[in-house]
Amino acid sequence: MPSKKLDLTMETLKKIQNNCHKATFLIEKKLIGRITLREKIELKIHLFGCGICRTYQKQTIKISQMVRRLFSDSANSEKHLDDTFKKDLQDRIENELDKN
Amino acid sequence: MTTKIHQLEPRHWVAAHADYLFTYAIARINDEEQAKDLVQETFLAALQKVAKFEGKSAERTWLTAILKYKIIDLYRKKSSGLAINVDVQQAEQEQSDFFEPEYGHWNLERAPQSFGIDDHDPVVNKEFNSILQKCMQKLPALWLSVFTMKHMDDETTDVICSELKVTPSNFWVIIHRAKLNLRACLQKNWI
Repeated sequence: MPSKKLDLTMETLKKIQNNCHKATFLIEKKLIGRITLREKIELKIHLFGCGICRTYQKQTIKISQMVRRLFSDSANSEKHLDDTFKKDLQDRIENELDKN
Repeated sequence: MTTKIHQLEPRHWVAAHADYLFTYAIARINDEEQAKDLVQETFLAALQKVAKFEGKSAERTWLTAILKYKIIDLYRKKSSGLAINVDVQQAEQEQSDFFEPEYGHWNLERAPQSFGIDDHDPVVNKEFNSILQKCMQKLPALWLSVFTMKHMDDETTDVICSELKVTPSNFWVIIHRAKLNLRACLQKNWI
């Protein structure tokens, strides 16, 4: 099926090599989802020649880990409502229940 | 075999679940006052639904589901209307010069450079976490909601798209932009 072949003319190659916008997009998409085979090849070619995007990739992976860690820390560190608020809440609930 | 039928005891909700729900809310919206309101609204809404409770899930699970629905509702409210256009526009403007317009190459002045994050593990660094939090709060409300649902609860793309009413292609654009802004903010504010 020659029609589906990855066409790597010098012109396309140049576009791939210069397109950091697309490369960073693919890096993000790959991190949490799937990218196509064609996209994988494009990204490989781009990263091979682009040190800035390699730096970006390293950093963004780390940032994702830290964001997840931050979220799980905040989900696991129990916060306490103040007693006045709780008492008011309790009264409201009792009131509602007594209405019925 | 008997399946356990769970019971509701509304008079014990505050003592048993209020702090848990408060923690759950605050982790996802990072605003104490709003989190308090949500806990209260959750209990009041739950009281209206007591009759419909079938006992299939534990009381806490059931209450948390109601709260979760309210949080997503709040995400939706925060990111609709006029405010969204302003904050999204601002954020987009900030990154408009990240890349050269012609081929999409990095604008060298805005390109990623190696900073503290590269050499040591900032996971343990408290100071870094507070910078990270500040940078996240700078994201437009919609972007932050998408980002939180993905990284906090690992919601699927389909769920996030349908709950927040964004198209799948817009979802990927948001994820990309949020990360670009976040990374740039971290590099800029790293001490």
